[in-house]
Amino acid sequence: MRGKLKIRVNERVTEIAAAPHTPLLYVLSDELQLQGPRFGCGLAQCGSCSVLVNGEEVRSCVTPVSAVAGKSVTTLEGLPAWYAKQKKLAKVPALHPVQQAFIDEQAVQCGYCFNGMIIQAAELLSKTPQPTEAQIRTAMNGHLCRCGSYPRVIKAIQRAAEAAR
Amino acid sequence: MSGTKMSSAKLAPSALFPRREFLKAGGALVIGFSMKGFLSGGALGAQGAAISRGLAAGPPDPKQIDTWLAIHADNTATVYIGYVELGQGSTTSLLQIAAEELDLDMGQVSTIRLDTNITPNQGGTYSSSSIARGSPAIRTAAAEARQALLQLASKKLDAPIERLTVSRGTVGVKDSTGGARSVTYGELVGDKPFSLAFTGSAPLKPVADYKLVGKSPTRNDIPDKVSGKYVYLQHVRLLGMVHGRVVRPRGQGVYGAGAKIASLDETSVAGVPGARVLRKGDFVGVVAEREWDAVRAAQQLKITWDMPATLPGSDGLYDAMRAEKTTDRIVLERGDVTGAFGQAAHVVSGNYHAPYQAHAGFGPNGALADVKADSALVICSTQDVYATRNTLAGVLGIPAPKVRVQYYEGSGTYGHSCYDDVAQAAAILSQLAGKPVRLQFMRWDEHGWDNYGPAHVGEIRAAADADGKIVAYQYDGWHHNWSAIETSAQLALGTPAAEWRLGAAQQVNPTDCGGMYDIPNVRLVNHQVPGLKYLKGAWLRSPLDLSFSFASEQTIDELARLTGMDAYKFRRRNIKDERWMGVLDAVAQASRWESRPPASKLSDAKIASGRGIGLGTHLTSYGGAVAEIEVNKETGQIAVKHMYGAIDAGLAVNPAFIENQISGQLVQTVSRMLHEEVTFNKTNVTSLDWNSYPILRFEECPEVTPIVVQRVDQKSTGAGEEVMAAAAGAIANAFFDATGVHMREFPLTPNRVLAALGRG
Repeated sequence: MRGKLKIRVNERVTEIAAAPHTPLLYVLSDELQLQGPRFGCGLAQCGSCSVLVNGEEVRSCVTPVSAVAGKSVTTLEGLPAWYAKQKKLAKVPALHPVQQAFIDEQAVQCGYCFNGMIIQAAELLSKTPQPTEAQIRTAMNGHLCRCGSYPRVIKAIQRAAEAAR
Repeated sequence: MSGTKMSSAKLAPSALFPRREFLKAGGALVIGFSMKGFLSGGALGAQGAAISRGLAAGPPDPKQIDTWLAIHADNTATVYIGYVELGQGSTTSLLQIAAEELDLDMGQVSTIRLDTNITPNQGGTYSSSSIARGSPAIRTAAAEARQALLQLASKKLDAPIERLTVSRGTVGVKDSTGGARSVTYGELVGDKPFSLAFTGSAPLKPVADYKLVGKSPTRNDIPDKVSGKYVYLQHVRLLGMVHGRVVRPRGQGVYGAGAKIASLDETSVAGVPGARVLRKGDFVGVVAEREWDAVRAAQQLKITWDMPATLPGSDGLYDAMRAEKTTDRIVLERGDVTGAFGQAAHVVSGNYHAPYQAHAGFGPNGALADVKADSALVICSTQDVYATRNTLAGVLGIPAPKVRVQYYEGSGTYGHSCYDDVAQAAAILSQLAGKPVRLQFMRWDEHGWDNYGPAHVGEIRAAADADGKIVAYQYDGWHHNWSAIETSAQLALGTPAAEWRLGAAQQVNPTDCGGMYDIPNVRLVNHQVPGLKYLKGAWLRSPLDLSFSFASEQTIDELARLTGMDAYKFRRRNIKDERWMGVLDAVAQASRWESRPPASKLSDAKIASGRGIGLGTHLTSYGGAVAEIEVNKETGQIAVKHMYGAIDAGLAVNPAFIENQISGQLVQTVSRMLHEEVTFNKTNVTSLDWNSYPILRFEECPEVTPIVVQRVDQKSTGAGEEVMAAAAGAIANAFFDATGVHMREFPLTPNRVLAALGRG
């Protein structure tokens, strides 16, 4: 049985079977089989589940799926296309510049937190293309990393900003 | 192939066929056996080798070359490694070693995830020893395979082996007329087994000829991790599965007692679609078709517990530990400690306290299980698939060879977190449900039911002569041991709680406790506290070492101060070993260490700055660190500005990976020294999420300078945890330098700092 709720994720509109109060995270991972947003705390404390909703970073673990009806959800998988649209590029790049910078800096350790790191960094650079280090730290402060990758994440964001200059 | 035939637990040949991608069936992500990573070398031919490997229970015979590697028709190789990738890069490093001996390049080698039906048993992935313990077998097997390949090539090319050259898996020979002939490894054996005994007799490539080892090729998992293509354990699904959650008290109680159900009302979840309550003994879980329904059912279930109020509580912890009747063991006794103290010019003593700390993996552990009457498949993030198979066999009552354990990477574990507990819980739920179950621990399960790094009390006394030579050192350490029985088994089967027997990592560490210094009179005593009266414990990255170093390295600095010496020079005077000297010099130089005694630049300013130096390790390797900090004497807040860390891990196979590991260790140590403490009352643990168990954040993160001391002539040793103890000591010493006050307990929270400064 299909519900009536439809959501737009990575520019594709999908009819959702889950009940409207279901957190968006479970719809994205279980129904849409997306691997970017992932469970970390279920309490909006860590940033593991972050997605962009109309370009704003949102914690999908505490956002009812009904709250994103009529809005545009972008996950890690959809970031290159989101970037291309924003920059009016003719072709969608393989990776968002932040993703590329994270590879170039070899910033990743276990990498589980990097969904949220990249989503938040993409939001930051879309609003503040040339952030100071202090602005980066403040913007990223709600995202935790247990491996201690913060110094390289900061460098990667600076590198992505530099590349866009 | 229809999805319904893919039930992996049957271990049917159809199920063992590696999938190139997820099969999408009925809206679920489904796996048969293993997917990504399996074919990452681009070798479709890998399937052939894998199918024959997957059919029988492992471990495969370590004395066969085929156990260690396979050469495919497309001239690539799969290397079978018995260690898990945890984001540290060690599988890439082991591939470097194999490629080096085989004369392949990095694009031609790949590995697969661990699987008890396929990969060799090299013991667990612990003590940062993947390279040290893993590389001998992989290196010699690759060398021996190369020798066999050259013999085949010699026949094929009709040329003696001495005239053959190898480049990128192509064996060539120049003939007398100047022409050249060649054949590839893939053409010689493509996907056929070697069927050769592994004798370990092949000559190894001389270090001077290395082209890959010692270089820093990038990690092969990072592109997929940043694009969202990487399959973490949390993404894996089984066909026909239900979602599960465990229901436990919020926060563990005293380990020896576990938790007893007082009342349970199964009707309380009646309103949740498809939710079933499953119970075995005092083990309770729920399953449902939809994940959110499982989460809701677990939260709605009306259940009460009996838990004894016998814990000391985190406030009374150290007094309770110190008052226990302990099992004592002299770890090291050398010279005449009592006599030396009696004659020494300077004697220092101190009592130090270190809390329980949590692994607190960023993504809580999960597992999938498909348990049948006489066999089981369990997919989890264990650091030791064969050990997990054995404990699962006991819990399920199924012989170990009938239990298949597959590894998928989860988030970083940093030691024995809940991965075995969650695997057992998933298996029990599947056995009860009669169908495959995917179990995801919630944040409070992970934080509340962890095997914590044990709390520690250290009492130390050390002495120096008037010339600044350390003459006596005594350390008495109190802590309990690792827990041997997981909560799932304890609750479901009533298995009594038990502790491990004493082992090297569970006792006062003779290297951290003064071992880097040349001290004639030493006495180290381990006082084992009865762990069943406390919380569950296990090894947490650099187990207990931060606690030892916090006490020991502060004591060394105090001796330096009493003798009027600079802390770096005092250490130099007392070190004989050139490798300890090497890391000490490396961090001193990197940090532009300025020579002066500790706490010799005190001021009345609100913000005081200080710097400290420290040494330490885990079981192998050599770590040195310098910390630069600022202390706000009005708020008690510490800002760590810059951390320098050096590791000498012998031959650094991939120096860039070690730099990244040092960087992570420095940041994690700052977090553990400033913030991390498991709190509990008399009944249970109360630090259950990131608010009640805070870790370091971006705004507080120091600049880091990692230094790899390369020693090509020395055996490779661990690099994943060997600078944390040094960093802990350096931070404590920086605080002393800034304030003239020793902190006796960490984490160094504002309240503790203010109290220590007499402002609390």
